[in-house]
Amino acid sequence: MNPYYFASIALILIGLYAILAKRNVLKMLVGLSIMETGVNLLLISVGYVSGRSAPILSEGITPDRAVDPIPQALVLTAIVIGVATTAMALSVVINLYEKYKTLNVEEIRRLRG
Amino acid sequence: MVKRIFAIVFILIIGFWMAKALDQVPFGQDRMLVGKYYLEHVKEETGAVNAVTAVVVNYRGFDTLGEVTVLFIASTGVAALLWRKKRKRTAKTEGSVVLTTGARLLLPFIMLFGVYIFIHGHLTPGGGFPGGATIATAFLFLYLAFTVYEVDHKIFEPLEGLAGVGYVTVGLIGLAIGGYFLFDWIWQTWGIGKENIGRLLSAGFIPIIYTLIGIKVGTELTGIVDNMIKEPEEGGQ
Repeated sequence: MNPYYFASIALILIGLYAILAKRNVLKMLVGLSIMETGVNLLLISVGYVSGRSAPILSEGITPDRAVDPIPQALVLTAIVIGVATTAMALSVVINLYEKYKTLNVEEIRRLRG
Repeated sequence: MVKRIFAIVFILIIGFWMAKALDQVPFGQDRMLVGKYYLEHVKEETGAVNAVTAVVVNYRGFDTLGEVTVLFIASTGVAALLWRKKRKRTAKTEGSVVLTTGARLLLPFIMLFGVYIFIHGHLTPGGGFPGGATIATAFLFLYLAFTVYEVDHKIFEPLEGLAGVGYVTVGLIGLAIGGYFLFDWIWQTWGIGKENIGRLLSAGFIPIIYTLIGIKVGTELTGIVDNMIKEPEEGGQ
């Protein structure tokens, strides 16, 4: 198996494990970010073509010597949206902590009940 | 403990499926369809050397407008979620000498680097989003170094709005001249910079839009930092 695919699947699974098994909300958010990194790496490595360089057509790089620009543009979008969702989630976490004085999801669930 | 075992089994199943699926996708093979068209026509159609920037700002500029809107909604959402009646900086200890001196000395250089990144978006890797994030880093530095520092909201919020309006205005001028939203009127109609592709003054409206995006992202991320670092006063929920 290709190392890039392996690394991206590993990152996605590590993030998923953190989301499923951790009890601290902040750790779950860290897991979400790790998963996002894995997805971005997967997109970039699917768009890679062996032996070609970045799609910046200067200094002798002709169109047949550059990799696919579309996955890279998609990942650029995905990173920005990731920052936006992380900021939103963190402010929700700040509100949670102010209300329940704990970040443990199981305790929060019990307190709500 | 049961939960952990269940989670491990679950992720192993998902990992097996993903590995199976990716086995069918050979690594490093040329399977470009639209990408090939973009790479071959990017220079005469947009004037940009960096194909990624051309795709993001020119070919799919409408998409990027939506992306900027998402970022704007997120920063508004952060402000709404963290809204309290009385909030201010509550940090008590000033930053160390290294931090305060470093922040004062490095501030202009960090800003300059951010501006460089978004002005040269059509030539080098980078663009409005990383440039704006770099500028926001400069303000984060100031927030960390000084206990009383706060950005001037009277300047920042109108600047953010003006940058957004500017993006839409550039698109609407394109609609009036060329017949569709975000038509590249500077490159296609006026033909400015046709002879110096690969230098700064080329690529039509890409530097203009990326400058606007850089200003918008910088002010928005600074606003998020500002909202997160301020806390409600004691007992004043």
